[in-house]
Amino acid sequence: MIYRSLFPRDVMSELDRLQRELQQTFHFSPSIRGIARGGFPAMNVGGTPQSVEIYAFAPGIDPATLEVQIEKGVLTVAGERKLPSAAEAATVHIDERFAGRFRRVVTLPDDVDANAVDARYRDGVLRISIARKQSAQPRRINIQ
Amino acid sequence: MSDNAPVKKQATRDEAALLPPVDVIEDASGITLYADLPGVPKDGLHLQVEADTLTIEGEIDLEMPGGMEASHAEVSLPRYRRVFTLSKELDAGKVTAEFSEGVLRLSIPKAEHAQPRKIEVRVT
Repeated sequence: MIYRSLFPRDVMSELDRLQRELQQTFHFSPSIRGIARGGFPAMNVGGTPQSVEIYAFAPGIDPATLEVQIEKGVLTVAGERKLPSAAEAATVHIDERFAGRFRRVVTLPDDVDANAVDARYRDGVLRISIARKQSAQPRRINIQ
Repeated sequence: MSDNAPVKKQATRDEAALLPPVDVIEDASGITLYADLPGVPKDGLHLQVEADTLTIEGEIDLEMPGGMEASHAEVSLPRYRRVFTLSKELDAGKVTAEFSEGVLRLSIPKAEHAQPRKIEVRVT
């Protein structure tokens, strides 16, 4: 597991993260697609009883060029990030921002409804909201 | 505003923050800095130039439904911070900034006297 975090933090929180990730490595069985960290765009995934929420941190991209696809329970976010190229006479001192084509894939839980998807782009974050199926929602069962 | 600025600075310095990726490009007229700050709305961005220190800070504000539980988080802190030391020939008073869709573009021009000048060599 060698990777560079896209958003590195200060040393103390890096140690913290290391400890947490070691724990995760030994206690969980990761998905076959991993959810590789350090790729672009960085992703956060969360859920409520009604929906699954995916946040892709993809700043400075024309939302019309983003490809979002759900197929067989797998969500794909793909696109290309073009950065203005530096003029010939200019010197590049730091070059850390991602440029080029990207594709990230997230395995969705079984109970999502692929037809009830809402995707919005705001402040450089793509938020994809996928509703869970009605039948999967928790129901209170009355005892006769 | 200026009265409580040092207090605020003290408070934010102790909080852990993510380091946003940047590009820094220099040409004859000055330095252009690009920083990726996804999730930061315009009013969440704080730029400060103090003496020769440039501080970029941004508070992330995501719309989250109530009761959401995170299952995977790569952006795991709600703020970004990055500090740069400017060099003398840069004119800190003339920094201009643009911020759109999570990308910050800062232009820091070189001071007049530091602009490159072609020196003519005269043969006498």
